Amino acid sequence: MLEVCEVSKKFGSLVANNKISFNVEEGSIVGLIGPNGAGKTTLFNCITGMYRPTSGRVSFQGIDITNLPPYKVARLGAVRTFQIVHSLKEMSVFDNVLIGAYLREKNTEKARELTEQCIEICYLKKLRDNRAGDLAIGLQKRLELARALATNPKLLMLDECMAGLTSTEVNESVNLIKSLRDKGITFLIVEHIMEAVMPIADKVVVLNGGVKIAEDSPEAVVQDNRVIEAYLGQKYGKKCQLNSKERGK
Amino acid sequence: MIKEDRKKQDLFWYVLVAILILIPFIPRVAANSFTQHVFILILLYASMSQAWNIIGGYCGQVSFGHSVFFGIGAYGAGMAIVKYGIVPWPGIVIGSLIATVVAVAISYPCFKLKGHYFAIATFAIVEIFNRLFMVWYWLNGALGLDYPMLKVGWKNFVWYKTKIPYYYGALILFVIIFGIVRFIERNRFGYYLKAVREDQETAEAVGINSAFIKLAAMALSAFLASFCGAFFVQYNFRVEPPMVMSLHVSMLFVLVTILGGVGTFFGPLLGAMILIPLQEYTRVYWGGLGSGVDLILFGFLIILIMVRQPKGIMGLINEFQNYRNRKRRRIISTEAEIN
Amino acid sequence: MFFQIAIDGLLTGMVYALVASGLSLIWGVMDVLNFAHGEFLMLGMYVSYWLGFLMNLDPLISWIASGVFCFLLGVLTYKLIIQHTLSGPSLSALLATFGLSMMLKNIALNRFSPNFRILTGTLLDGKRIFLGNIVLPLPQLITSIFALVVVFIIYYIIKRTRLGWAIQATAMDKSAAELMGINTEKIFLLVFGLGGLCVGIAGGLLPSYLAVHPEVGGLFSLIAFVCVAMGGFGSIPGALLAALLIGLVEALSGFYIAPVFKYVAVFGLYLLIVMVRPKGLFGW
Repeated sequence: MLEVCEVSKKFGSLVANNKISFNVEEGSIVGLIGPNGAGKTTLFNCITGMYRPTSGRVSFQGIDITNLPPYKVARLGAVRTFQIVHSLKEMSVFDNVLIGAYLREKNTEKARELTEQCIEICYLKKLRDNRAGDLAIGLQKRLELARALATNPKLLMLDECMAGLTSTEVNESVNLIKSLRDKGITFLIVEHIMEAVMPIADKVVVLNGGVKIAEDSPEAVVQDNRVIEAYLGQKYGKKCQLNSKERGK
Repeated sequence: MIKEDRKKQDLFWYVLVAILILIPFIPRVAANSFTQHVFILILLYASMSQAWNIIGGYCGQVSFGHSVFFGIGAYGAGMAIVKYGIVPWPGIVIGSLIATVVAVAISYPCFKLKGHYFAIATFAIVEIFNRLFMVWYWLNGALGLDYPMLKVGWKNFVWYKTKIPYYYGALILFVIIFGIVRFIERNRFGYYLKAVREDQETAEAVGINSAFIKLAAMALSAFLASFCGAFFVQYNFRVEPPMVMSLHVSMLFVLVTILGGVGTFFGPLLGAMILIPLQEYTRVYWGGLGSGVDLILFGFLIILIMVRQPKGIMGLINEFQNYRNRKRRRIISTEAEIN
Repeated sequence: MFFQIAIDGLLTGMVYALVASGLSLIWGVMDVLNFAHGEFLMLGMYVSYWLGFLMNLDPLISWIASGVFCFLLGVLTYKLIIQHTLSGPSLSALLATFGLSMMLKNIALNRFSPNFRILTGTLLDGKRIFLGNIVLPLPQLITSIFALVVVFIIYYIIKRTRLGWAIQATAMDKSAAELMGINTEKIFLLVFGLGGLCVGIAGGLLPSYLAVHPEVGGLFSLIAFVCVAMGGFGSIPGALLAALLIGLVEALSGFYIAPVFKYVAVFGLYLLIVMVRPKGLFGW
């Protein structure tokens, strides 16, 4: 569904992304992980048209979206959320989601119905009339998800949508993502919380220093030595290796 | 609880609706021609500020260049009557179209600028237009256009002995512009405007073409502003560049809106209801040119509003309502405790 | 002839530079556009004028008084108005100072009448220097050189002194500066005062060749805005360069095209530059 083909992004002499390629298959959940500064958000920006890649190609459902402006990418059905929350602070939660709903529903009445549904799905019903700027950061991220969902997307790209949530809220979000996948939405998720991504992802792409170092199933990725070294750190890595050794015995 | 909050707001709404219903009957009550003059100006400035509010308030692009569009509208009507000796209407239509085209042409590059850079660019544009119009021979330059004696009536939109038709003319303008804005506010375009104001990146991320939205808002705003300009010249029988096309005029629209509450539907009306009587009555009371007391007070009021409540009168009203609600909540909760 | 006009333009440009550098300082440090800047200049000119008219003080001396007066005016403006608007929307300071400019202008109109007033019989009045066939009127020359010197002193203070570093730190990141023990409130106060001082000094010297009237500030305000925006956010060298450029363009277009078009040319140039470089010549 989404094909990222040898995408590079340079800022002056700094190479943020170097020839990164991967595919996101329809109906799957793909996790994009990597330590801080690995170039995850830059890659996200290249895919969604916020940045123009220095070289390489991005296509979505067979359409070349490499040089499309962000709003056209969104209209095609690939919608993102932001790592740093971008709520429309002065507007209510409902209106925030309504903005998303208007993308597919020009009619106000129908858009409102759609909005109500999305708010309910995302566990935001109680906060419906609150000012978006007053929400806790974690819930503002949930709101971003609701707004993106209201656009009726084919591919949802979430940039750290679970950072700052309590563990109950993380569970809510994980369940939400699973149920949405079952409804046919494809996901590309950037995430720091491993516990959240590992169990739901069908595939994990690992970046380090702007380069893709692994692309495999979550189980295989945690075994990969390069990944362990680069990202998971020695502690988690050792634990994994011990576990596998024990299993081996 | 939420329901009760609504009720409180409804009360405020009813008061406003009552004012709106009373508006058409005002000239019957106010026989004094000066009072009528004040009411005409209130309607005109409320309309004009509402036109500005579309781009400056809802869309958040604070333009100080709207006197250019106001002026072009005024010159459209003026040229039709003074230079071509015909009824003003074709001039008004042509003027408004020119204003729209100029608005789009100016804004397209200016929207790339942010914050103060945008503000200063719009100042510069007003100054350029002002000076060009001052020396434009075809438009009589600094002399301006003076209306000859015309046949009174709706055809020429000119009356000499009575102000009542002007009042209703202004009322029509007011109803049309406020109606348009109400419609926008309730629909997709209005929400998109607010989204662009709050955060352009988010807007783009959910498929809003923010550049187009801003241009469309500017075009509509300029289109409506030019009609207000045309009304202004029909009412004054005279137009010259400093009257309609200066930083001061631009600022007036911004200030009326800000005073009432920027980005709110009733803000422009409330602002005009306070500023215009203040301006007109102080001018009469302290009298004479050159004293400037009215403008000293005006300036002081602006400072006061900006320092105390930058959200204007609507902000004050909201504050008051919140205060009332909180007080009521406290009473209810203490009652609950007692029970 | 060309050189004569170019030099006249540069001399005017230097005065613009002094007016603009005060504005630039305020803009750079607290992101506030002081709309009453031109009115500060106007009041500074009146101070100098009345000192000259009533007490026979020469502008060469009374600039000190206007400078101090405008410094205090700036401090007062900050304390009473700007301080309270900083937490609000970004344009509220601009609109509040617009209100202030309206007040000051009309108070001057009310008290001093709209008459144009010019000081005669000052020390430099009518004196001039000849350089080949170029005439340099002494009042303009001295004022401009003086302005240039003040701009350099301000620049030096910002770049080379502890106070300047504190100002720069506040401009870059207010809360970080506070954590470093800088009293940012005091810095803001001082910066507004310094902004007033710059414009006050310019105002003190101008009456020796420029007529004073209540509306004199408006144009200076606009030109100073354009200088600062053209030069780039808070950059004093940028403002200086832009001011000289504007002085040149104003003089040359006024002579070679038509006097009425000089400001059209100036503002047009600004728009052109800002279209190419949206953050000004020295902006980042």
